[in-house]
Amino acid sequence: MLEIKNINVHFGMIHALKDVSLTVNDGEIVTLIGANGAGKTTTLRTASGLKKPTSGSILLDGKDITAATPQDRVKMGISQVPEGRRVFSTMTVLENLELGAFLRRDKDGIARDLNTVYERFPILADRRRQAAGTLSGGEQQMLAMGRALMSRPKILFLDEPSMGLAPLLVQEIFDIIKAINETGTTILLVEQNASMALQVAHQAYVMETGSIVLSGTGTELSQSEEIKKAYLGG
Amino acid sequence: MKNALKKGWLKKLLALAATYGVVQLLISVGIVNDYLQATLATICINMVLAVSLNLITGFTGQFSLGHAGFMSIGAYVCGIITLGNPTLPGFLLGVLAGAVVAAVVGCLVGLPTLRLRGDYLAIATLGMSEIIRIVFLNLEVTNGAAGLNGIPQFINWTWLFIFTAGTILLIVNFLHSSHGRACISIREDEIAAEAMGINTTKYKVISFTIGAFFAGVAGAMYASYFYFLKPDLFGFLKSVDILVIVVLGGMGSISGSIIAAVLLALISTVLQSFPELRMVIYSLVLVVIMIFRPQGLMGSREISLSLFKKWSEGLRGRKQKEVA
Repeated sequence: MLEIKNINVHFGMIHALKDVSLTVNDGEIVTLIGANGAGKTTTLRTASGLKKPTSGSILLDGKDITAATPQDRVKMGISQVPEGRRVFSTMTVLENLELGAFLRRDKDGIARDLNTVYERFPILADRRRQAAGTLSGGEQQMLAMGRALMSRPKILFLDEPSMGLAPLLVQEIFDIIKAINETGTTILLVEQNASMALQVAHQAYVMETGSIVLSGTGTELSQSEEIKKAYLGG
Repeated sequence: MKNALKKGWLKKLLALAATYGVVQLLISVGIVNDYLQATLATICINMVLAVSLNLITGFTGQFSLGHAGFMSIGAYVCGIITLGNPTLPGFLLGVLAGAVVAAVVGCLVGLPTLRLRGDYLAIATLGMSEIIRIVFLNLEVTNGAAGLNGIPQFINWTWLFIFTAGTILLIVNFLHSSHGRACISIREDEIAAEAMGINTTKYKVISFTIGAFFAGVAGAMYASYFYFLKPDLFGFLKSVDILVIVVLGGMGSISGSIIAAVLLALISTVLQSFPELRMVIYSLVLVVIMIFRPQGLMGSREISLSLFKKWSEGLRGRKQKEVA
């Protein structure tokens, strides 16, 4: 279970996150939706250790990890698919996936997980020797997800996985997210595509200008009038 | 790491031995005279400098303009030790000490500066190498602006070859290890590398320290071959010269750095006969190459057997098409 408690984050003078608290229960898909600049990505980056909060705490399974480095958090089972995919473009697909398992030393386990990733994303197996930069946007998103899974995370952070993808591909990516969750991986999903995110989410939080303004189950929020007006287009 | 060693290691060993043997033969027969030997030494030293800077700039993506500073540390430390103990073991100790001191300084400088990015890092490393130069200019043991003279020459083709081949082999093997892969991932995307659990600061400092170590080796080679050192030799322009070799050969290509080091030294040697136009032609060559190969001679590729295979397959493919 991941708990974020009253975190505040500043970028210089700008108060980007104001007392943000959220809980991600084991086995759930939790989504964080909101407009551009609401602080969704910052929340994710703070939880993964790429940004230090000015106050507040982050707990993983009850243990305070606020001071832990990003490396330590990967070891503890937090893995992240960054916004914009960020694959290592001149490296091959296989090299990208191997870097996902950078902190692991169990060769057999890595080989098994590589096979699992190839089974989940057959296109990556076909392109394993190809430079990642030559893949299409959807394939790069799959590679970024596969790479994050290679650290065998307990909880997976996904930052805007649908960004810049064709509608058919978006559906495919969301099906994959559901499938990953069904194998027992907890997921924290940041999305601008609110309707898709609310469909798959067990629990949802809505952010506006650095604060959480609403929360509830995915179904509750997708039926709320307020949300419909602000995020679902009607 | 193992792969790089195993794959065709016998062929590589033979190629290395053949290179050494042929040049050694040419020297003993007298075809490679003293003048060409000096060019040969320059080539070897520049290879070590370029390959080590390529590790920092081309592979790890950290833009450094301070390589001459690390080179001068290796040169002065080795020079002073060899002057105090003019024996072969003394010289070898000097090379090692020079490289280690350069690496320690590299590590100390790298820790704070490698948190900077791009042009900020370039300016910080530039400032660092100027500080090193001013220190050598004012120290008594380095004889200030007059410089160190008469450093005993222990280095010959055999030692040049050992140091150069050793540097290249060690750096290539480092790049093929998982640590090397981590360095390259920082160049590719620092944020993604961090998200994968790679300690980016640590690997930047490691790459910078290894680069400084081998720049120190190159400096020691220089001190021993050209037996005269003064601080002016290691100014900003020297760092730029090294960077030119790296960029011209291709950022992220070891073979590129090797080819460019040879090519630039040869062009420079040939142009010695036209002293007035030398720098003009030299610069023109650089401009022309950069216009037609902006990614450098080799881009980020390496020369390998599989590349030759691809070429020959491409040729065969073309021939078959012509036949059809």
